[in-house]
Amino acid sequence: MSPELGKSDAIVESSVDTVEVSPGEVVTQHLVEVRMSTRRRIGIGVAIIVIGLIVALALAASAGSHSTRFDLNGANPGVSVPKFSLPGVTVIVICGVLIVLLGIAQLARGFGKRTMRWVGIGVAVLFLLGFLTWAGTEGKQPIQVGSLLQQTLFLATPLILGAMAGVMCEKTGVINVAIEGQMLFGAFAGALFGTIASNWVGLLAAVVIGALVGALLAVFAIKFMVNQVILGVVINAFALGLTGYLFDAIMANNGGGTNQPSVFNPIKIPVLGDIPVVGSLLFDQTIITYLMYVIVIVIDVMLVRSRWGLRTRAVGEHPKAADTVGINVLRLRYQNVIIGGGIAGLAGAALTIGSVGQFNKNMTSGQGFIALAALIFGRWTPRGALGAALFFGFASALQTALSLLATPVNIDSNLLQMLPYLATIFAVAGLVGRVRAPAADGEPYVKG
Amino acid sequence: MTDEGPEQQPAPPERGDVLVAEQEAGGQKTRDTIGDILRSDHPAVVTVLAVICAMIVGAILIIASDSATREAAGYFTAAPMDTISAAWDAVKDAYIALFQGAIYNPNAPQALSPISETLVYATPLILAGLSVTLAFRAGLFNIGAQGQILMSAALAGYIGFAWHLPAGIHIIVAIVGGIVGGAIWAAVAGLLKAKTGAHEVITTIMLNYIAVFFVNWLLTERWFQAPPYNQAQSRTVAGNAQFWHLMGSDLRVNFSFILAIAATVFVWWLLKYGTFGFRVRAVGANQDAARTAGMSVASTYIGVMIVVGALCGLAGVSQILGTANNYQVTASVDGGVGFTAITVALLGRGTAWGTFAAGLLFGALSAGSGQLQVATQTPPDLVQVLQALVVIFIAAPGLIRLIFRLRRSKSAGSAVLAKGWNG
Repeated sequence: MSPELGKSDAIVESSVDTVEVSPGEVVTQHLVEVRMSTRRRIGIGVAIIVIGLIVALALAASAGSHSTRFDLNGANPGVSVPKFSLPGVTVIVICGVLIVLLGIAQLARGFGKRTMRWVGIGVAVLFLLGFLTWAGTEGKQPIQVGSLLQQTLFLATPLILGAMAGVMCEKTGVINVAIEGQMLFGAFAGALFGTIASNWVGLLAAVVIGALVGALLAVFAIKFMVNQVILGVVINAFALGLTGYLFDAIMANNGGGTNQPSVFNPIKIPVLGDIPVVGSLLFDQTIITYLMYVIVIVIDVMLVRSRWGLRTRAVGEHPKAADTVGINVLRLRYQNVIIGGGIAGLAGAALTIGSVGQFNKNMTSGQGFIALAALIFGRWTPRGALGAALFFGFASALQTALSLLATPVNIDSNLLQMLPYLATIFAVAGLVGRVRAPAADGEPYVKG
Repeated sequence: MTDEGPEQQPAPPERGDVLVAEQEAGGQKTRDTIGDILRSDHPAVVTVLAVICAMIVGAILIIASDSATREAAGYFTAAPMDTISAAWDAVKDAYIALFQGAIYNPNAPQALSPISETLVYATPLILAGLSVTLAFRAGLFNIGAQGQILMSAALAGYIGFAWHLPAGIHIIVAIVGGIVGGAIWAAVAGLLKAKTGAHEVITTIMLNYIAVFFVNWLLTERWFQAPPYNQAQSRTVAGNAQFWHLMGSDLRVNFSFILAIAATVFVWWLLKYGTFGFRVRAVGANQDAARTAGMSVASTYIGVMIVVGALCGLAGVSQILGTANNYQVTASVDGGVGFTAITVALLGRGTAWGTFAAGLLFGALSAGSGQLQVATQTPPDLVQVLQALVVIFIAAPGLIRLIFRLRRSKSAGSAVLAKGWNG
């Protein structure tokens, strides 16, 4: 039985317990894998085979003659693992052939909707392995897998937090397009208060101002019933204008007196931090990253297993029904949107006091929108959004890593930078397709 | 929660039906006296009050960041009038500078140059705003204006500098090229929405990034970049493909403003009388009803996105063939219009002429921001804050009603139909 089915059961759990049913009345439901249409099946199969052929033929043909060295150690490994090398062309050809085989299997009989997701991930991983091996066949530098993954987590942290802010708001029925603006305010407050007080005060200020913007969103969306998509766009414009104005007015000509916060240093967790590879990757991070772990886990568990989560989902799906059983719809929405705003503020703090320190005009540069895309891409679930945000982080990290590497064929960095966005379009169109937001997402609730 | 469950159709939005009914009843609306209108939340009244509210909040920002006022506030208890007069001067100077930069400046060598600048800034805002407005009416949210403008400007610019055609023909070909560039870029999003259900918010954001990197790449290529290849700017559009000036060669206002007026008339006509416009409105108001009535929702999405992209294409054309960007493609040839266009469309309340007026207002604010900085050292970002505040106050007529104790009227409400994710 799939975990998703279990999740949906949670909503009716309490009523099931109290009903007495004789064995004859029990209706057993079986999960049927939904098969896709023939045209779609063949289309996806052909696409996978083409990817496989590109790897097996084009990459293998243009690869250099050296074997590729891989370095799994990150920047400060506790215990380092030795570098190892893989025979370049052989690995590339094997990856390509495996992808082609998956494509043929898809073409011949077609995978179900659920298996398809894993097939997609498999193709992506094989493609990446082949591609990274190819990139290293010039034999000059090893492929720094460890630091690539560290960079991924570093770049993904604000995106993950932003997407969690989106989960908080949208699960309860309020669309949050304003993640970008909340992040920008958070980044600004983090830098300002991080300079004039300490970085801990900056962190707190970022969360508070994010929550305040969340409260603004909540009041306009819930009390004044402004169209929430419009509201989000306007709050973004407001945030961009106001932080830009304040930057010029307070920070720009102040010689660093207001814009030179101390940044958080990584904290190594005693035992876990010494695990090879994983330790330096996951457990030698700044406080903001640890907070991110906690937030993701808490939201993921609480949404499904707590009273708050059940109520939140009920309010997001069918506020009238929730109201009927005595849940205070508006209060729950206010609460969740404000908490969500605080999380987005934290995401902003990750950009200043969690990384470079200084604030700059429009320094979020669309990351709030990427977080929003991750939320939708991940089908409004914490886990899905986490995966999508990590994907975006990985894509940017990969692009930076490749630009420093002597690849067999020189790739223009601008074209390389397009890849994650192209991949997202393909993924959204091919794998995700029609997504369904919480049913009452964006609908103001009027009692009565 | 469940992915297995049957595709739930969202409840048909009631608001759309009300709107259509309202529009049809528009002819026989009871006539209010002017006094009634002024005390009600008529759109014009709300707009004026929203602008006033925004200017008041803006004044607070100006005062807070004015050094003379802060100095005077240091001895506030000794001489409170000093603080008040310093604050008053700061606000007065800032808004006078804004006015002089946007409308009329008696001290400038060219008295009409502020108006000319306003029209130059307003042109792409009107065109891209119309694009977002039209998408709104179909229930689509076009965040992709930036990418559509970039692609249009790149293609129109390329035709402008690389092709050599006779005068007259060259500019027409370049305009068509720009329209096609924008239309194709938007059509991708429309096609994906219609065929796979991919949400246009995601696809248009992604297409924005792709367009940015594509133009950045073009600007590193020898056949596109201007010699001596050390700056990220393209070659210059040939004189044959440049728009002619409307008010003498000293003033920047050019033919693209006429295009903006023509586009406004076109969108107004399309939404009011066009068959296609009717389909767009029907799909936007209630796509289930439109489908039941035999309209193809998918082809409407594709069709409307082509027109939406074509309008952004015109915005791109105005940026590259007009005076706005020195006739050269650069990474910022879109002039940041893409996102402001959304606020313009919101302020325009989903109508063509509303968007036109909103574009003029925002164009005036942008034009004034330069003078604001020169004359008073106020950061030009103030203008962006004002723009956002105006739209916030307008989008929440309930708030304006509350502040000014206005009566609720039937004529309030906007035709903008930005749908949630399930729309």
